[in-house]
This record gives sequence, structure tokens and C-alpha cells, in this order.
Amino acid sequence: MAGRSIEIILSRQLADCLNVPVFIVDPEGNLLFYNAAAEGLLGRRFEDTGEMPMEMWSTAFHPTDENGKSIPPNELPLVNATKNQVPSHKSFWLRSLDGKSHNVTVMAIPIVGRSQEFVGAMAIFWANTTKA
Amino acid sequence: MKVILHGTRGAYPTSTPDNQKYGGDTPCIELIHNDDRLIIDAGTGIIGIDWNQYDPTKRLDILLTHLHMDHIQGLGFCKPLFDPNREVHIWGPGGSIYSLQTRLNRFLSPPLFPVVLRDIPSQPEIHELSNTKIELGPFTVHSSFIIHPGPTLGYRVTCDGKSLTYIPDHEPMIGRTKLYDDDSWVSGFDLAYETDLLIHDSQYENEEYIRKIGWGHSSMQISAEFAARTKAGRLVFFHHDPAHNDQHRSSTFEAFMSKNSFDFPIELAVQGQEIEI
Ligand SMILES: [Zn+2]
Ligand SMILES: [Zn+2]
Repeated sequence: MAGRSIEIILSRQLADCLNVPVFIVDPEGNLLFYNAAAEGLLGRRFEDTGEMPMEMWSTAFHPTDENGKSIPPNELPLVNATKNQVPSHKSFWLRSLDGKSHNVTVMAIPIVGRSQEFVGAMAIFWANTTKA
Repeated sequence: MKVILHGTRGAYPTSTPDNQKYGGDTPCIELIHNDDRLIIDAGTGIIGIDWNQYDPTKRLDILLTHLHMDHIQGLGFCKPLFDPNREVHIWGPGGSIYSLQTRLNRFLSPPLFPVVLRDIPSQPEIHELSNTKIELGPFTVHSSFIIHPGPTLGYRVTCDGKSLTYIPDHEPMIGRTKLYDDDSWVSGFDLAYETDLLIHDSQYENEEYIRKIGWGHSSMQISAEFAARTKAGRLVFFHHDPAHNDQHRSSTFEAFMSKNSFDFPIELAVQGQEIEI
């Protein structure tokens, strides 16, 4: 069995302790984990969704800009941080699975471990406002 | 393969009369298969190795899990290092912005030690490891980074179809007393999976761990859970806290075992103990 790298395991342990939403993906962008605060934002428990491929999570929450225009996956901070291995930042709207719209600010960073290996990326969300 | 536990104590060596049963020297184990030997960690236990059993014409390999003092304190007193005709290789964790050589130099140089590493007569070769597999004679060694402050490796050594996993300093879940349910999220899991013998950190009791979160060590409880989850064949509780005397360690262990049952044997590491795998 291929265990996760300790950088990813420690990222999850950190996320478990934070009361701000955190997403963690592997180098291919598969969503490996999101914490309890992110469950509140997305309206779905991690236990229920499990891991998700990038194509699914990058569209499932209908990211839109201020004018309601859809944001293509490549412009999302976590996709950018994963595909291009650069830090990325953006404010936008997303719709949780329970139908609520949230204005969020997202900061995503690539995770490069001790072996200089790119092992995934982490996004921290800041929920600004919520509309029912 | 035979394993000899030359040092079982964590943190610092202790020589008090009430700490003799489990031993006072800091971590060092020796693996023996026919004429081949391998040493892991260079705590003060390394000083007790019988070098007369070694063929001086053979290379000597020393693997270090990490550079905390209790794991390198005996290195400067390891006799073969001072034999100019000896071929010595020291392996340890990379993963720092400073090389392993530079980090070892901090200890092996004045004012902490009179001789600098480059002047040690055997001129040991320093090798960095990460998540790596290497072959040393009959021993196949897998190393992986595990959770402990600073770059720290755990080792799995396989020889003649038997395996030993050595993770003397490990805090697999920081601040929690239970591992994640999914095995792939457990630090060190692959190193220990179905190993014949697991030598694992178990410095604390559960209640003690709660007061020492983030210090990098395991409770007996989490150590046993780790062994159960990885299906280890036998577990040795290692890295005894020098602040606890033998009687305390024994009674804690007995209390732990009376409240739990496992389908594999568990014992407290004893300095000088020889274990045939
Ligand atoms: Zn230690
Ligand atoms: Zn340590």
C-alpha cells in the first residue's frame, strides 16, 4: 500500500485543528481531504463524499465571479497551485451542496516536502459572506 | 537475523541504581546475520558493542534515524571511527537545507567535541537518505520520513526473509490518542506493515502524553495501536523515559497490559537483550 507522505499527513493533522476550511489535494489534484470547517462550507461531510478527482470538485461547487459568470477550473487557486506549482489567490463565489452561496477568499500553496518532491497542494478558505 | 539492543533509553543516559533493569544507555541496536553486521543509531549504547567480533577489513555501516543528541551521543566514542584503515559509512536523514555532514559537524567539532568530523581517522563517508531503498550486504534497508521534530527516518531492514522495523522516536498523531482509520494516513505504516519485529517509541503513558503533545513521542497505547494496525508480529516498547525508574516503568507496563489484550506479544526493551527473528 502506498502511504501518504508525512507532509500530507501533517497537513491533514493541521487542518483537523483549524476552524477555517482547508482542502488538501495530491499532485494530480485529487481531493484527499477537507476538514470539518470545509464540510460546513460545502454542505457535505468528507465521510460521505470521500476522495474526489479534480474534474469533479472543481465544478461541483459552481464557482462564479462577482457578476455570476462561471470561473473555469484552471482559474481556481487550488487548480493553479496544483497544475503550475505556484501559490495562488482569489476571491469568488461558490454554491454549497445545500444550495447556499458563499463569497470566499482562497489562498492555495503547493506542498514541497523534504525530499524536494511536490507532494500535493493545500487551500485555505476564508468565508466572507453567505447568501441563502 | 539477530538483533541486539545496546541502548534503550530515550532523551539522556542514566546510571542510577534504580534504572539498571531496562538499561541506561541511549538508542543503538545491532543487527547480525552470519558475519555481516549493521548498526542503527549511535546513542551511548554504541559504546557497548563488542568490536572484537567485527572483521576490521570489512566496511562498517551506521544508520542514524535523526540527529537528536540521544541518537548520536556515542558516535564520537565509537572505536572503529578512529582506525585510519577502517572503511566507515554513516547514513542519515537528508531533507534539511543543511547537509547531513554540516549538521553532524555541529556536534562533532569544538567546543562540543575535540575532533572535527573531517579529521576523524577513518574519514567516514556520509550518505543522505530520504524515502529510499538501499542494499547493504545481505540487508535490504527501506527508510521513510516519519513524524518527529526535525528530519527523522524510520527503518525497515529485511534479511533472509525476515524483517525488523525500527522507529524509536515517533508521534504518529499529534495531539490525538488514536490513529486515523485509513491506513494510508498513518505515518510509518508501510515501514511496519506485517513486519516480524517492531521496535517502537513508547515513552509515555496516555495521561502523560496529553501533557507532552508535540514533543515527538508515543504513548504505550498509540504504539500498541500502531503495531496492531500494521499487523506487526511482535512489539518491543522502546525509548524509556529516563525520568521514570524501573519500578515505575514495570508497573505502568503491567497496568497497561492488564487493561488491554493484543494478539501479538509486547515487551519492554531491555538493554543487552538479544532477539532472534
Ligand atoms: Zn530519542
Ligand atoms: Zn528524537
